[in-house]
Amino acid sequence: MSETTHDDAHGDGAHASAGFYWMIGGILAVLTAIEVALYYVKPPMEQPMLLILSAVKFVMVIGYFMHLKFDSKIFTGVFMAGLVLAMFMVSALVVLYHFLPAQQVPVVG
Amino acid sequence: MAEAILDQGAGQTGGHDASHDEHHYTATGLDSWKVGFWTFIGSECLFFGTLLSTYMVYKGASLEGPYPREIFDIPLTTLSTFVLLMSSLAMVLGLDGVQKGERKKAAFWLGVVVVFGAIFLGFQYYEFNHFLHEGLTLQHSVFGSSFYVLTGFHGAHVTVGVIWLTTLLVQSLRGKLTPDKALQVEIAGLYWHFVDIVWIVIFVLVYLIP
Repeated sequence: MSETTHDDAHGDGAHASAGFYWMIGGILAVLTAIEVALYYVKPPMEQPMLLILSAVKFVMVIGYFMHLKFDSKIFTGVFMAGLVLAMFMVSALVVLYHFLPAQQVPVVG
Repeated sequence: MAEAILDQGAGQTGGHDASHDEHHYTATGLDSWKVGFWTFIGSECLFFGTLLSTYMVYKGASLEGPYPREIFDIPLTTLSTFVLLMSSLAMVLGLDGVQKGERKKAAFWLGVVVVFGAIFLGFQYYEFNHFLHEGLTLQHSVFGSSFYVLTGFHGAHVTVGVIWLTTLLVQSLRGKLTPDKALQVEIAGLYWHFVDIVWIVIFVLVYLIP
């Protein structure tokens, strides 16, 4: 904590340069192009690859554009609390309704 | 330990120069607006999580078409995704301009964000209109209901973002968006980037994965 800068302590941590943001934007554009290429080519493991690419883009935006990489870890914790709960909820419901045998799934409505 | 943190927070609250007067700091020393906004964004993850869960649960459950594969226009959606991603880049460049007191740069990039956001909404309007002509309405099928609710709420968030950023653009053009107001732009930017990451997830889970 003693190494925390004045700015970091306020969550106004030092940000990257404009050139770095351009590079991140370029990488995001390339990753999107790869996603669309995968959609048309349909290689084996297409879906896991799409999910991984999407996760990489997600992390790049929150890390660099939203400055979580440079800001206080408290912001990361606050955000991750909601995100992890949301991911757990989506995963649980998808497993419940798409991967378990039908007789084990409660009737909707 | 807790007292030390409180002392630190209190010390920082009282020890600021004039440019930081409008900032309010929590006991952790973090700006209360930013902590509050990150908490809001965390709760928004759950909001979109519920909508996405509903779409995923009902995926493939429609009894009659049109089905997603038949009506999705991937090249068009890719273009709108690209526009939204680049608007995030423009947002961060606009914030950089405000923080450095570069007024013209800030106004230009904030203008780009507003225009790109409006273009994204235009794409969404075109897509919804096309789907309605194809017979996919909100009441037609579970695909229609879950798709329109999910993407419609995302579009509503983009609309709010465009309005918010337009107000900042006007302030910037009037020369009122000085570096000490950078936190306002940063918080608007957090909102805009959040809208972007939600679309990153929607684009893959709804459009690219059948």
